[in-house]
Amino acid sequence: MADQPTAFERFVQGILPENPVYRQLLGLCPTLAVSNGMKPALTMACSVAFVLLCANVVTSLIRNLLKPHLRIVVFTLTIATFVTIADRFLAAYLFQMSKTLGPYIPLIIVNCLIICRCEVCASKQSVFTAASDALGQALGFGLALSSIATVREIFGTGMFFGIRLLPSAWPDWVIMVLPPGAFITLGLLLGLVNWIGIVKSRRSVND
Amino acid sequence: MESSIKNTNLFQAWLVLLLATVFGTTLAGVQTKLGPVIEANKINETMEKIPTLTLGEAQAEKMTEQGNALVIEPRLIEISKNGIKKFYTVYDAYYKDGTRAGFVAKASGQGYADKIELLLGLDADASTITGLFILDQKETPGLGNKVIEKHWRDQFLNQSSDKGLVVVKGKSEGSHEIGAVSGATISSKSVTGIVNRTIADIKHQLILPPVSENDKIKENK
Repeated sequence: MADQPTAFERFVQGILPENPVYRQLLGLCPTLAVSNGMKPALTMACSVAFVLLCANVVTSLIRNLLKPHLRIVVFTLTIATFVTIADRFLAAYLFQMSKTLGPYIPLIIVNCLIICRCEVCASKQSVFTAASDALGQALGFGLALSSIATVREIFGTGMFFGIRLLPSAWPDWVIMVLPPGAFITLGLLLGLVNWIGIVKSRRSVND
Repeated sequence: MESSIKNTNLFQAWLVLLLATVFGTTLAGVQTKLGPVIEANKINETMEKIPTLTLGEAQAEKMTEQGNALVIEPRLIEISKNGIKKFYTVYDAYYKDGTRAGFVAKASGQGYADKIELLLGLDADASTITGLFILDQKETPGLGNKVIEKHWRDQFLNQSSDKGLVVVKGKSEGSHEIGAVSGATISSKSVTGIVNRTIADIKHQLILPPVSENDKIKENK
């Protein structure tokens, strides 16, 4: 396995070069659904981070026992367990937030970002590498979610983290907090990230 | 012989079975620990909603400002329908002087996706709906879950409870009509159905509460 990335490379790759939302286009359901405010976005990012870290560590620990044709069942079982724990925990200690996020916390089970990391990294590499991969990817996911949520919350409600940012004369662009706003913002930011990537690569070619 | 055991499906799945057992036990532990906290959260939410559901938002706020609170007493109403026993939790809300402010009934029923749990507020003689609040639902996000929105729920306000409510497509016109959430007729019908059923089941029991020793004392006062 000489060609597998090291723990540090995994961590760094997850943040920007292989960002789950902007580069791999994974986990878009929560990205579109709960990015209308910073608070739900960060709660979702933290829940995904918890599930991703636990699932990656457990998968990596049992990677030598996995049978190829049963691995997906094992991944799903592991992920579902930690998602249920996260869901119950939110319902117990952050009740209102748990109601706001509604079905999207249980839906982390089918977030392909997590199963992708189990498959790509955790089922092949050591626990330490799997854990740093999870942290990097979770950080990247958190960054992507908060960048979209920042745009949507500020333009849609004039607020940031529920605190008034724009003057009250600002006509709230309600569409930004509605589903179309999610698609528009994601599309524009995705375009921006790609554009920056192209400009960068052109520069390096010219050099 | 050994290889034939190893090739059975059951043996191949030993890891899955083991993990399922371990995870199942863990989840049972989590549920035992957090279940009561979650239940307490739900009861707190119900208690907080009762003044608004019986008196309306403005009146409830006014009362809180004046430092007055309703006295809330929960009771269980037993209904037997077609030989099946059903239970409703009903909260009686009283003003401080003992006069009745209204009732709040907790009811649930099947929605489009999963069980819908709601609170229904009725006035002191159970003749008018004074409030509706959805406690728990897992309807389709963006469509069915619009039933939790205030402007949809407000259609139920001041509807009389003597006749069942009917769901209509588009805007409701006149009394006893509830405009369906567009694209979510089933969710709308589910909520309306739960409301109708709850009223039909318990209305007569609300106005004529079973006379117990406690009630007699209250009436004598």
